[in-house]
Amino acid sequence: MSPQPATTGRPAVAPEEGVAAIETYAAPRSLAEAVALLRTGEATILAGGTDLMPQSKTGRARFQRMLMNVRHVPELRGIRGTQDCVRFGALTTITELLDSALVKNRFNALWQAADHFASEQLRNAATIGGNICNASPAGDTLVPLLVFDARVELTSEVNGAAARRTLPLAEFFVGPGRTQRRATELLTAVEVPLPPDGFFSEFYKFGTRPALDISAIAIGFGAVRDGQRLRQVRVAFGAVAPTPIRAAKTEAALASQPLPAAIEPALAAAAADIHPISDIRASAWYRRELVRNVLRRMLNNVTQN
Amino acid sequence: MSPKIDVAFKLNGVDVRTTVSPGMSALEMLRDELHLTGTKYGCGEGECGACTINVDGLSANACLMFAADCHGREIVTIEGLVSDPRTEALKKSFVAYGAVQCGFCTPGFVMQARNLLEKVRSPTPEQIRRGIEGNLCRCTGYKKIVEAISEAAAASS
Repeated sequence: MSPQPATTGRPAVAPEEGVAAIETYAAPRSLAEAVALLRTGEATILAGGTDLMPQSKTGRARFQRMLMNVRHVPELRGIRGTQDCVRFGALTTITELLDSALVKNRFNALWQAADHFASEQLRNAATIGGNICNASPAGDTLVPLLVFDARVELTSEVNGAAARRTLPLAEFFVGPGRTQRRATELLTAVEVPLPPDGFFSEFYKFGTRPALDISAIAIGFGAVRDGQRLRQVRVAFGAVAPTPIRAAKTEAALASQPLPAAIEPALAAAAADIHPISDIRASAWYRRELVRNVLRRMLNNVTQN
Repeated sequence: MSPKIDVAFKLNGVDVRTTVSPGMSALEMLRDELHLTGTKYGCGEGECGACTINVDGLSANACLMFAADCHGREIVTIEGLVSDPRTEALKKSFVAYGAVQCGFCTPGFVMQARNLLEKVRSPTPEQIRRGIEGNLCRCTGYKKIVEAISEAAAASS
């Protein structure tokens, strides 16, 4: 794979495809209104704006004819738990994740990612739906959401009514900045199954400073502990492939034998799961070293606790 | 031809109406349309916090916010805090501790420090450092800023 430009991998667009392309602005007040406006697939969706604004100022955002601000759509708000699942409205901010006892108690890796997310100013504005749709390989919430088997809910208007489909987050990303969302669809929620009893999870992000850094690599890890055996192991990596990824080979290696014997095979498996590139933040070699050493440290901690 | 968008919101306690273009940031609107220049443009990417404002009670980077998205919201800038006692305490302690050198980052730091002190009355130095993680200062090395915020907390609690 050839190196990508910095930050999102999006090349500059022609000036007439930037903000100059916007002909109308809409701020729908309901989901029905929002999906109706999306019928022709010619709207750029604005939520927190924290990615869209810098992308527009640096000429990396391609705008549609309509700029649609979805912040006033009430159906996109709120964190709601049911018996076996939690539904995060797409407009849930990172601060709201951080302030949620449910997230802290049941989705530790997601809470940790929210805690490490940029800065307070950013956390107050940035949304989970925006983080997902921006589809950065280094998106902070994406790695833990993969660990928790999240699904995305997409809503569009079909024959005058709102129609929903859901798909696993792991299938949603198709490349840097690219997703399976159709132009007529709005990402309305993220659904995350409650993890099994005894499931613990950890998120680790490596950057050059704690705040406001885009990850050189990120690792999400979760499992149910049974002595030194790990069951239901889930591992995800960020910033080491064109999209955030689940690490199937690493998971299989960790499930096949008890700790600490499983560690070295898992590190070898992780090297096969990842496909890092060299860019402004780290070389491919350095990313491989980071994944190996950070994953080893995380697994050593699990072994000793 | 880019469309004009009418926005109406509360700015420093006063109802304002103005017209903005779709790509305009809240920072550009505040500085260039409404002539409130206390909120600074540092990086334009949310990295430096010089443009920190308060939106509906929460701190935010004005450079990352779309001006159109200000509609219906309550926005407070550094200019709106002239008679705020907590801000006054911060102002005094920033001067007393030499926490201002070139001064460019100062309005953002004061906004963010006030926001921290609203939530945590007597923050530890660690809580202060965490609270200002979204603000950069290239002059002071932060020590004086952390001390000044600590002193302002003691003075106003």
